[in-house]
Amino acid sequence: MTATFEHIRPSACPACNAAPAAAHLADLPKQAALMLSLPGIHCAGCISGVERALLAVPGVTEARVNLTLRRAAVQGAPDVTPAALTDALARAGYEAHELDAGVLASTFADRQGRDLLMRLAVAFFAMMNVMLLSVAVWSGADGVTRDMMHWISAAIAIPAVIFAGQPFYVSAWGALKGRRLNMDVPITLAIALAVGTSLYETIHSGHHAYFDAAISLCTFLLAGRYLDHRTRASARSAAQELAALEVPRALRIIDGREETVAVAALAPGDIVRVKPGGRIPVDGVVQIGQSEIDRSLMTGESLPVFAGIGTRVSAGEVNLTGPLTVEVTAVGRDTTLHRIADLVATAEAGRANYNSLADQAAKLYAPFVHILSVVAAVGWWLYTQDMRIALNIAAAVLIITCPCALGLAVPAVTTAASGRLFRKGMLIKNGTALERLAEVDTVVFDKTGTLTDGAPLPIRLDALPGDAARVALALAQGSAHPLSVSLAKGLADLGIRPAHVTDLVEVPGHGVEGRWQGRVVRLGRAAWLGAAAPAQTASFLSLGEGPAIAITFADRLRDGAADLVAALQAQGKRVILISGDTKGAVIRFAQTIGITEVIGEALPQEKSALVADLAAQGAKVLMVGDGLNDTAALAAAHVSISPASALDAARSASDIVLMGKSIAPIADAMRTAVSARARIRENFTIATVYNVLAVPLAVAGLCSPLIAALAMSTSSITVGLNALRLR
Amino acid sequence: MDVLGLLIPVSLFLGAVGLAAFWWMLRKGQFDDPDGDAHRILRDDYDDHPKG
Repeated sequence: MTATFEHIRPSACPACNAAPAAAHLADLPKQAALMLSLPGIHCAGCISGVERALLAVPGVTEARVNLTLRRAAVQGAPDVTPAALTDALARAGYEAHELDAGVLASTFADRQGRDLLMRLAVAFFAMMNVMLLSVAVWSGADGVTRDMMHWISAAIAIPAVIFAGQPFYVSAWGALKGRRLNMDVPITLAIALAVGTSLYETIHSGHHAYFDAAISLCTFLLAGRYLDHRTRASARSAAQELAALEVPRALRIIDGREETVAVAALAPGDIVRVKPGGRIPVDGVVQIGQSEIDRSLMTGESLPVFAGIGTRVSAGEVNLTGPLTVEVTAVGRDTTLHRIADLVATAEAGRANYNSLADQAAKLYAPFVHILSVVAAVGWWLYTQDMRIALNIAAAVLIITCPCALGLAVPAVTTAASGRLFRKGMLIKNGTALERLAEVDTVVFDKTGTLTDGAPLPIRLDALPGDAARVALALAQGSAHPLSVSLAKGLADLGIRPAHVTDLVEVPGHGVEGRWQGRVVRLGRAAWLGAAAPAQTASFLSLGEGPAIAITFADRLRDGAADLVAALQAQGKRVILISGDTKGAVIRFAQTIGITEVIGEALPQEKSALVADLAAQGAKVLMVGDGLNDTAALAAAHVSISPASALDAARSASDIVLMGKSIAPIADAMRTAVSARARIRENFTIATVYNVLAVPLAVAGLCSPLIAALAMSTSSITVGLNALRLR
Repeated sequence: MDVLGLLIPVSLFLGAVGLAAFWWMLRKGQFDDPDGDAHRILRDDYDDHPKG
């Protein structure tokens, strides 16, 4: 499927990205800055190699590789085409894809990240200084010295807390306005109360000031926020990058001239041309031309379908052999592609109810903390009749119980886990995906494009007679049809040399024809050569005399597919194969890979119904699929994974995207997910233990600022270190 | 203890210098490609096109 990547490929919701697409399309021809995705680079040598290869392309003035993002930005003359650059890199041995620079031009998340980092830096600076001043107080400074230390602390801490804590105040205010309680309400309250009472104490030369606690609270919580933001931002930018791989353009024909337009600009009645190898951008009817269409992403069928004048084609299908001229019948929201996306929206509603571990913790925690501190304050006020002591106690309780460790417990683990999985080529798009993945007990696979490569492999080639093999090779080399390409490669690998075939012509939609030893020889579809259509993918070879010879093809397993299925079965998971392909093909395939539960000829609705049924029986389903026909099932599953070659709709419906060609990392991901969930639980336990130990001290009024600082730092650090133990 | 009157402002000033330096690095985009920068310094060939 990767072969068709650079071509026109509509997204699930053309209307959604119509506006940005149209906006950046206006300056597309003039724009000389090009972005390339380089998924394979990893070392210093790669940087030099890529930059050298790019600069060697005529017209390129500047090339800069970003190794962290695995991208290259290229500046050059307007006539430098992305295809020329990717070709140059392919020759140098680097895999590269064009990126739509317009889709990537979102700097909002970057700005937000930079903003958080700045607040974190300010909070850290203030914390370190205030801590040092506090050491003087803890080690026994009193009288004027203590007051001076307190005053200096206040001067540093108050502005720092006001600036650094803003994200919490805003979020808490939003929650209160909506009459809800979230984690940020007790945080804000604790900071405000701590700073307020400390200031009051300082003015009245009191013994205890909690400026250090207030600012270190900010620091630890901001660290958690920043980790969280970085995980989500890197997933978002990678997802954006996948979307940017598909430049939504179409070739419109007006008065016999071709022009490149945005898919969003097309209207029913327009005529578009679809080149061989390109993805069909709209729903329409073929007007001129003959070809074969690959519908595998839409229906799961692995056999290409013939298309001639009058054939209905829909958005998302791939045109294989001949150029087609298509009259547009539906665009954007009305296409088949988009109607299936609507199915997804309804299926997704179920998953929104998932209650993450962090939510569960927050729900227990927020009311408990408020009640506890109010009870402590009221108790002390009744006992001593002194409001000052009561408020001090309330502040101490809020500080001690404040969720520093809780705020770090989940982000630290998910950051560590998604970093590990990202290095293995998996992109975690959703924060709770790992938790859900850890619960999976049933795995449902799609066949075409998921467990298989989508590129069929010729079988029993050595059974071909010598002449036939040589003629077949010569003919296959004359065509760009996927079957021909795969046949040519298979024969060449056997060491066969092509026969001398002249007058090669590709007959779009049928096959290739040539002349060999005075006879017309053909390689192509069964119907063209007068043979009976077989049940499995096959090409036929005619040598001009005798019956046509069938060359059969089998789906090639995706790298790691067999190992993955075996590993999942060894872990005791139920594995099911469901496909839109013919029953025979699916069952034969299932036997080779060792799956016993098989469902063939499934419609998209049946797929999602199966997933919903399994869920109703209490199974936690992992759906792995790539096609449009899988999209609804992906959205309905407890958690879902799709390969990077999947259709945009399928990728956006799934929680995890496999960036590489191999499917094997899924087994790793499940192991990592289980240990990540264990770590998160451990972290919650650690945080709770610290609270249980320190809260009685705070309520009893024995909690000095030193104890508060110690409890807060040690619990945060233990939680952070525990997250790093993740295997 | 009089020395505190000098040392506290000095330490605060030094900390503030660090903070300002960090702010400057953030603005200049020095954290845009940490992996790349770590590898670039080890390259044998001279970088004729340093980032502007």
